[in-house]
Amino acid sequence: MDTALLIAIFPQVLLDGIVLGFMYALIALGYTMVYGVLEFINFAHSEIFVLGAFVGVEILLALKFWGILDAFSPFLLLGILLLAGMAGSGLLAVTVERVAYRPLRGAPRLIPLISAIGVSFSLQDIIRLFESLWNNAFNLVYPTMDELNYRIELTDTIDVSVKSLVVIVAALLMLWVLHLIVNRTKVGKAIRAVAEDQATASLMGINVNRIISLTFLIGGAMGGAAGVLFGIQYSLINPYTGFIPGLKAFTAAVLGGIGNIPGAMVGGIVLGLLEAFAASYLSLLTGGAFGAEYKDIFAFSILILILIFRPKGLLGEVVRERA
Amino acid sequence: MKCHSMYVKVGIVLAMAALLIPAPGLAGETKGTIKIATQSPLSGDQSAPGEGIKLGTQLALEQLKGPIEKLGFKVDLVPFDDQAKPDVGVANARNMITDKEILAVIGHYNSGVAIPSSEVYKEASLVEISPANTNPMITDRNLPNVNRVCGRDDVQGAVGAEFAKSLKIKSAYVIHDKTTYGQSVAEFFRDNAKKLGIEVLGFEGTEEKSNFDPILTPAKAKNPDMIYFGGIYSQGAPLFKQAREKGIKAKFLGPDGLDSSDLAKIGGKAVVGMNYTTVAGPVVVYPKAKEFATAYKAKFGKGPEPFAAQAYDSTAIALKAIEGAIKAGGGKIPSREAVAAAVRKVKHNGLTGNIEFDEKGDPKKALYFVMQVVSEDPAKWNDNKEVKRLEIPAPPLKKK
Repeated sequence: MDTALLIAIFPQVLLDGIVLGFMYALIALGYTMVYGVLEFINFAHSEIFVLGAFVGVEILLALKFWGILDAFSPFLLLGILLLAGMAGSGLLAVTVERVAYRPLRGAPRLIPLISAIGVSFSLQDIIRLFESLWNNAFNLVYPTMDELNYRIELTDTIDVSVKSLVVIVAALLMLWVLHLIVNRTKVGKAIRAVAEDQATASLMGINVNRIISLTFLIGGAMGGAAGVLFGIQYSLINPYTGFIPGLKAFTAAVLGGIGNIPGAMVGGIVLGLLEAFAASYLSLLTGGAFGAEYKDIFAFSILILILIFRPKGLLGEVVRERA
Repeated sequence: MKCHSMYVKVGIVLAMAALLIPAPGLAGETKGTIKIATQSPLSGDQSAPGEGIKLGTQLALEQLKGPIEKLGFKVDLVPFDDQAKPDVGVANARNMITDKEILAVIGHYNSGVAIPSSEVYKEASLVEISPANTNPMITDRNLPNVNRVCGRDDVQGAVGAEFAKSLKIKSAYVIHDKTTYGQSVAEFFRDNAKKLGIEVLGFEGTEEKSNFDPILTPAKAKNPDMIYFGGIYSQGAPLFKQAREKGIKAKFLGPDGLDSSDLAKIGGKAVVGMNYTTVAGPVVVYPKAKEFATAYKAKFGKGPEPFAAQAYDSTAIALKAIEGAIKAGGGKIPSREAVAAAVRKVKHNGLTGNIEFDEKGDPKKALYFVMQVVSEDPAKWNDNKEVKRLEIPAPPLKKK
């Protein structure tokens, strides 16, 4: 076993894990917002997330097609993409809620869950159909933007790319804005009231349907932003890209304590770190007996252990108020 | 209301049934229909080469079905989409064997799909000619109905390792996609590289499709001269791209799974200059394939993907065998067994060279190429440079 190597790559793996973790956290916010209000798991969130990535790539490809991609500053472009992705995904989330979940609101809990799984599959293939109308473009690639790909060298062996920093900054910013909305505004108060007790909230003059739509809008918009950042970070997307990150983000939300916003952030980072360390270290530590392919098994085994001792998630009990 | 919608439904079902039943009389004096099926990924992330296999077959059928039609049969193409998934491939295969008019299958892009599907074809003695499957187990099972027109991974891995040696590299880091195809070709590369004195610094498998950071960090720390990826372009391209972005300067090498214009589309600058080994050179390396490329482009509006010419040859062999079997059987539709036996005996001078099968279904001699990516423009994929060409006979069947 090469101890020097293990130590040498440690900071880089830590950094990789944190970036991945923030990515999961951003997606997890959408699951946790909706769960906090409706106690319902929106399995279609992974596709809502992917739609954001598709909106982003289509804008970039259109600009490239017209030959004006280089005319924009990458950071301005990033802002535009984020807004567009958030708008697209937010609207999709609201539509999905209106069409597939609201009619089932009084039904037993499993029914909307099944509906959500159905919506998830449908959206995957609707996106695929839409993308294949012009040409059979299954894999879409974010054009490279050199400024975002620039790597800042921290030491000889450790570096971080600008786009990774963008992910971290964007995630923190969104968490903060979300915190302000939920805890400091009148709308936030209404959201919390609906989360607490829908009937009573409605008696107090709160339009429950509108608040629920708003929750989906916010959660969806977070997902859309995550989609754009995912596309910029990893560059290759296809209609099924959302499934695995969605599943991991959902896990992160449960790990952090589902319904709890800071919990989603903590859960995401813990999962990201576990995964990065497992993938980088397993084969080094076991002399090749267990390779990187066991990263998910390793990460999820740890998660099960954590959940045995803290069934409500890492932050599930500390903060009692939901959403 | 309910009754009404019931009628509508029944009407729709009847209408669909009517479409399925061939209208009598229209077919004229044909003695029956003979169908050639294709199976390849037509949707999903590997659809680019999969579609090439289908279109190559389609073109071959249109150009070469004349002799069989003269014997009084109608020849049709039935494309199946295996989605690069073994379960879908097997389900399609089950459908195929029940359709008695299907006499040959041109297919499969993925060895991991081809192997279980061909077990189903075997039940019905349906002949399969593969344009693209390189895993040794395709033919090493010694099935009478399974053939391929391309080379094998045990040879391809060795060709890759020898090429790596010729670049004077001292160390390599091997990554694969954990599929039947990717892992085995990576293992052949690793074993041969070790024999040639190249140090193998790591051997990792991953199903990851987007985030390769955690795999690349240890690879970068070990500073290999070369990264070998055993797998398909849809995973390889982002891996190479992220490796370059991470500042890894190693040379890249991989097998024929990387051979698709999508590698350039996804990988961009990162893959320019890299090498891959393949059993199917681009059409420019085959002198006889020029006309094929022109016809393909005129008909389908794009250049042929890798393996389209191999699919064309596979189809030509199937048609030749069927024609022979019809004549030998006195002008009747031949049995599937007869077609399978006839395929083994065909000697075909095709676009990609002379093809003749050995006793287990491998071409007696196959060409292996080392190619170099010349441009990040996917439209220029067919201009990739041929660095090396070898003609190597198929290894004999191992006695158990």
